[in-house]
Amino acid sequence: MITTDICIIGAGPVGLFAVFEAGLLKMRCHLIDALPQVGGQLSEIYPQKPIYDIPGYPEIKAQELVDNLMEQIEPFHPTFTLGERVEALERQDDGSFVITTNDSTSVHCQVVVIAGGLGCFEPRKPEIQNLEQFEGKGVAYMVKNPEQLRDRRVVLAGGGDSALDWTIFLANIAKEVTLVHRSDSFRGAPDSAEKVFELAKEGRVNLVLQSTITSITGSGHLQEVTITAKDKTVTTLAADNLIPLFGLTPKLGPIADWGLRIDKAAISVDTTDYSTNVERIYAIGDINTYPGKLKLILSGFHEAALMCQSAFKYVYPNQKLSFKYTTVNGIPTF
Amino acid sequence: MIQFTLEDRNGERQPVEIPEGINLSLMEVLKASDYNVLATCGGMALCATCHVQVLEGLDALPPARDAELDMLDTLPDAEFDSRLSCQIRVDEALEGGIFKIKGPEQ
Ligand SMILES: Cc1cc2nc3c(=O)[nH]c(=O)nc-3n(C[C@H](O)[C@H](O)[C@H](O)COP(=O)(O)OP(=O)(O)OC[C@H]3O[C@@H](n4cnc5c(N)ncnc54)[C@H](O)[C@@H]3O)c2cc1C
Ligand code: FES
Repeated sequence: MITTDICIIGAGPVGLFAVFEAGLLKMRCHLIDALPQVGGQLSEIYPQKPIYDIPGYPEIKAQELVDNLMEQIEPFHPTFTLGERVEALERQDDGSFVITTNDSTSVHCQVVVIAGGLGCFEPRKPEIQNLEQFEGKGVAYMVKNPEQLRDRRVVLAGGGDSALDWTIFLANIAKEVTLVHRSDSFRGAPDSAEKVFELAKEGRVNLVLQSTITSITGSGHLQEVTITAKDKTVTTLAADNLIPLFGLTPKLGPIADWGLRIDKAAISVDTTDYSTNVERIYAIGDINTYPGKLKLILSGFHEAALMCQSAFKYVYPNQKLSFKYTTVNGIPTF
Repeated sequence: MIQFTLEDRNGERQPVEIPEGINLSLMEVLKASDYNVLATCGGMALCATCHVQVLEGLDALPPARDAELDMLDTLPDAEFDSRLSCQIRVDEALEGGIFKIKGPEQ
């Protein structure tokens, strides 16, 4: 089990900056994020867009800001669990918490900080009636281990880079690869699109364009995929695996069930310290709500600073906190 | 006045009238008319949460540009008549159109 002072759920800009504020008060942090990389919306949605309202930076690219935040918190040696979603939270007798992820990682901490932004980024799922019933039984939203697809009949859906890349990759591994795409051209990298068309010409990939998957069937495991074309013709294909690749979308997810006061998919907080209605749980950044809330990085940074001043009492119950400027002491590390 | 129709997720339709010469996107009109649309990226064709289906009047609209087509391709429920409402300017091209809200709720 990982042991830390503060467990931060969400490694977006606000979660990252919270590590700095906590570090100044000698509190250690562990961060968990469902995405495989840090940076939240900045890295996932708009890495190359410039941001103009970060004090001291007339202009900075989103990914650059994330990289700088990582550099800024480096002295405090935060630890990370990436690519795992926080599922459960269990209160211990002494008031502390054990947090568990979907991959069974456990973190023991004195304070929980939810910096979950818009929520957990989850795969966008096509509207196929019994799709969820086949999850783990032939249907998956990412390719974790391509070897598991060796000699299988795989149907991929989507038209972006990941659909193209996996089609090319699996053409050498799977027994049969079919790519279903709603349009007749691909928006992904032109090189990859060209390669897919070539593979189709060579008969190594089955390309089904201007079509969508409309139903799936199987007993126990996926067996057939039904595809409907723009002209309404319907085809049924034998398939062992279906991998829809349509990117990610944020959802509030399991946090909604933790007994926190929720208002329109955001967590209500007390603006004196951004605490929630549950003791030792704080919510900062885009995930919280209060009168006048602005969903801005700047606001989240401010909230992180106040949250840490308040969380200190749970981590060091016998110490008195005195406020100091970083200009006085520099950055005292552990 | 430009007149068109919005259809909500339950299939209920409501006529909308917008004065000519107002520089709004259809997404902004949806938000202003209190439709529950996410529009996470604020209209930058980066999130695809402002997805609408153009039930009538698709041909009258200017064709989608690359950024819009890129995002539409990330949507599993995109149809052949899907568009991003943030990329559609409200002007005469919308006259008589019917737009169905498809994106996720807030
Ligand atoms: C296109 C666009 C442009 C923007 N431009 C600006 C701008 O110019 N200036 C500005 O100030 N703001 C801007 N914003 C808003 C800004 O991005 C957000 O305010 C900011 O990202 C909030 O940071 P956060 O750390 O609270 O949340 P996020 O960045 O959303 O990060 C939250 C993280 O928590 C993770 N998470 C959630 N739930 C769980 C869970 N259960 N388990 C594990 N991980 C979880 C998510 O995967 C995510 O990585 C923009 C937003 C967009 C979309
Ligand atoms: S509002 Fe994000 S794509 Fe339209």
